[in-house]
Amino acid sequence: MKKVHISTTINGDEVDFLCEPTQTLLDVLRDELHMTGTKEGCGTGDCGACSVTLDGTLVCSCLVLGAEVGDKSIETIEGMAQGEELHPLQQKFIDHVALQCGICTPGLLVASKKLLERNPDPSEEEIRYWLAGNLCRCTGYQKIVEAVADAAQEMRSA
Amino acid sequence: MDNLRYEAADTLAHAAQLIAAESGDVRVLAGGTDVLVQMHSDMIEPDLIVDIKNIPEVRTIQQEDGGWRFGAAVPGLELMDHADFCAAWPGVMDGVKLIGSVQIRGRASVGGNLCNASPAADSVPPMIAASAMATVFGPNGSREVPVQDIAVGPGKTSLEKGEIVVSFSLPPRPAHSGDAYLRFTPRTEMDIAVVGVAVNLTLDDAGICTAARVVLGAVAARALLVQEAADALIGTSVDDAAIENMIQEVRAACRPIDDKRGTIEFRTKVAGVLAERATKIALERARGA
Repeated sequence: MKKVHISTTINGDEVDFLCEPTQTLLDVLRDELHMTGTKEGCGTGDCGACSVTLDGTLVCSCLVLGAEVGDKSIETIEGMAQGEELHPLQQKFIDHVALQCGICTPGLLVASKKLLERNPDPSEEEIRYWLAGNLCRCTGYQKIVEAVADAAQEMRSA
Repeated sequence: MDNLRYEAADTLAHAAQLIAAESGDVRVLAGGTDVLVQMHSDMIEPDLIVDIKNIPEVRTIQQEDGGWRFGAAVPGLELMDHADFCAAWPGVMDGVKLIGSVQIRGRASVGGNLCNASPAADSVPPMIAASAMATVFGPNGSREVPVQDIAVGPGKTSLEKGEIVVSFSLPPRPAHSGDAYLRFTPRTEMDIAVVGVAVNLTLDDAGICTAARVVLGAVAARALLVQEAADALIGTSVDDAAIENMIQEVRAACRPIDDKRGTIEFRTKVAGVLAERATKIALERARGA
């Protein structure tokens, strides 16, 4: 299969890669670029574990082809912390113990970050609806919702 | 699929040319939320993917001749963020908002929802209720097709080889018009309609219904435009008696499948319940408009 050459921006860095036309953005991130923070859960857009933003839009990277992302701006979980300094959402997920196995966590963090960019003061209902596309089979969601609300409050007062 | 090629078209003519030149299986890519799932589950094995998202006509939302036109590949989220369109067609947006998750709506489009031809597609009944027309471009030029004539059965459309749904036009709305879409699903989010009902009404100044369209989803092989149900409302004040007559016509039109998600009896019963509720929401919106 003829490979496609793509130049794009990931977490602010210019990146070049070769991919096959069948490879998803998720495949490219994990297998070609070895950025394994983004997880594969279902591979069919149901679980949200592979959430990234593409030109600022929250998407499932398993439903985007690598060949589609030329000259875009992609943000992944690897771009969330500033060096050693965790994003408030990351810190609050730790403080509230909003994870157990952790597979869903990168997707939930990326999705929650996008929520707070659009709506700095979401209600519990708004948090739950926004995160409906991110499945967690461990926590029962309560601690995740609390962590997001707490992070939102901290970010508003910052 | 071992020799799959990916091409991004810049113009409609370019897309048509790419499709015409391919002898194997071609899939048009908009948001990809169905095509990629089908490809990776080996339901389809395309030789060529033609990405149409970079074509301006398929990505634009604009007012036109007093109504609206929006591109077939406009993601649901862009429609949701368009306040004027949302105010004009709240029932269409009831359907769009129910598709998938935030992530899915960031990519998935009304054009894709239509061309995937699922009988349970949430945006299709309200688009039919809205009398939306699809602009279709193909090897023989452009044609206008009522949305209800595009999907003909599960996974099947009336499009000819090489034809692409480019955009949708929604007509100007008379005063006192309102539309609504409701569906039944076991979960509130991230689920597929067991039954869906869209209603679009126009009232005169005295509150008498002068025009109505009632469309059912997921109770037949394709969305059903039920004229008898609309006729039960037209000429009435949409009172309880008229709604009861409409419910009977809705149930009479249902011919659903029987599966684990809903029996024939259940789907038929629920179609009537949703039709009543959707009518009341549409009525409220029409009175406020």
